[in-house]
Amino acid sequence: MRKRNVIGLLVTFSLLLLAGCQSKQNGQSVTAVGSSALQPLIEALAEQYSADHSGQFINVQGGGSGTGLSQIQSGAVQMGNSDLFAEEKAGIKADKLVDHRVAVVGITPVINKQLGIKNLTLTQLAKIFSGEIDNWQDVGGPDQPVVLVNRAQGSGTRTTFEQWVMKSRKTKPAQEQDSTGMVRSIVANTPGAISYLAFSYVDDSIAMVKLNGIAPTDENVMTNAWPIWSYEHVYTKGQPTGLTKRFLAYVLSDEVQHKQVGKMGYIPVAKMTVERSVDGTITKVK
Amino acid sequence: MDPIKASLLKKSRAAKSETRGKLISLFCISLIVFIVLAIFYFVASKGLATFFKDKINLGRFLTQSNWNPSLKDSHGRPEVGALPMIMGSFGVTFLAALLATPFAIGAGIFMTEISPKRGEKLLQPVMELLVGIPSVVYGFIGLSVIVPAVRHLFGGSGFGILAGTCVLFVMILPTVTSMTVDALKSVPRHYREASLALGATRWQTTWKVVLKAATPGILTGVVFGMARAFGEALAVQMVIGNAALLPHNLITPASTLTSVLTMGIGNTVMGSLANNALWSLALLLLLMSLLFNLLVRLIGRKGAMGR
Repeated sequence: MRKRNVIGLLVTFSLLLLAGCQSKQNGQSVTAVGSSALQPLIEALAEQYSADHSGQFINVQGGGSGTGLSQIQSGAVQMGNSDLFAEEKAGIKADKLVDHRVAVVGITPVINKQLGIKNLTLTQLAKIFSGEIDNWQDVGGPDQPVVLVNRAQGSGTRTTFEQWVMKSRKTKPAQEQDSTGMVRSIVANTPGAISYLAFSYVDDSIAMVKLNGIAPTDENVMTNAWPIWSYEHVYTKGQPTGLTKRFLAYVLSDEVQHKQVGKMGYIPVAKMTVERSVDGTITKVK
Repeated sequence: MDPIKASLLKKSRAAKSETRGKLISLFCISLIVFIVLAIFYFVASKGLATFFKDKINLGRFLTQSNWNPSLKDSHGRPEVGALPMIMGSFGVTFLAALLATPFAIGAGIFMTEISPKRGEKLLQPVMELLVGIPSVVYGFIGLSVIVPAVRHLFGGSGFGILAGTCVLFVMILPTVTSMTVDALKSVPRHYREASLALGATRWQTTWKVVLKAATPGILTGVVFGMARAFGEALAVQMVIGNAALLPHNLITPASTLTSVLTMGIGNTVMGSLANNALWSLALLLLLMSLLFNLLVRLIGRKGAMGR
């Protein structure tokens, strides 16, 4: 008899669980998946939106830009977050997707603090990452071998960095890490290490480097004086409808763009004085 | 009708519940078999697409050492050489097993032959505790203790096969040890008694009789440990450095099949070559774990014949 009770209890419990899931479905919910660089911003905004509009939920998940784009392409989610233009990713048919640029993020090379290097030229940086320069002596630093730390192949940050720094050069195969936080702690702890990070992740444990004398600041990104930056995209399949549309309107509203976006370390698209197209052409915004 | 006859002709309660029980277990078994087959089918269909759909040469896949699926080499062929990962995976696995086996045998002999009471009281709980620690914790300890230690001792960045081996060694030690203990315990008591009665010392008995008799069981434990090491992803990924380079020594960054998989899968698009190539690595992993399983069976059968 006791066994039967246990089974009964299990059944009741699982029914309760199911009911719990059911009740959540009563409200509206949409899902955003993809870029881990954009995730903190969308997550914070989604939370706020749900707090202001009861019963409307936005689930936010990471997984990487590739995941975001392939999930939105297959229609499994309502929003696909990406650091890259959909056109840049192999295997994505971009014509069915609608691009919403919600923010701009700047990327800066970072080095281990002990190196004490303040400035590099773009060519030097490219040569370091292609392996042509393998000792810091060659760029005015101490006699110390260069330790490269890359992000994972295909990650948005790495693709952007390679596009604007490496150009036609090939990146030397080296250590790869799949999270920004990990990159930061490795660069902080490994003598001679160099890598690249989104501005929002930079802290005092590492040192930023000027490029051709230009400092990595939001202002320099806005004028394109600092060339390594990318849009943060939210893609929808076709024009957004319902909750997705309302949420995106909220994200792109002036209030959010001017207050929240800047506070979280991103740059509002509206503040950019230039616009960049898929193929990298820069045009001035009036 | 006669009630006795009726009760004889009808199925009894016990028979009914037995049928029910059989049905339930049959259902569970077939569900498991179905799931396993489905996984195999899924991984194989994705993993083989690299070779059939994208026309990658299997030989080149296994022997080339450039891994950069989104780029093409000078001949216009995509760079999908999995050799660095295969070497890395086998490297950490064999080294970890090589390190763990003597420790496991030592601990096993202590727990069964030398001091069973203290062994059971002290070592057993410690080993069980080690099994229960999640792999991310091992990885984190590896990252914050072993990697800096390797860096101080040998220079370089500290990431590499050596750090991976150290982490995996601790991870597979409990598996190998507990299976070694089981193997040693299952050696019949009369083997030991006969040996001692013939005048053999305790050392001779342990070394020449007990260990010999338990060899198949110990080997099974080692293979199980290797299977675990081969499939471990997170902890290894955190300390090995993930560079798709052929490992030249133990302290430069290398990569394993699993570490490349976990890093790459979120950055590729379903159906693209880069994604299919990752599935091919997954297929390779699956085949390897199948091989480890077969090996365990083979050793078990041989051991049984020897008895």
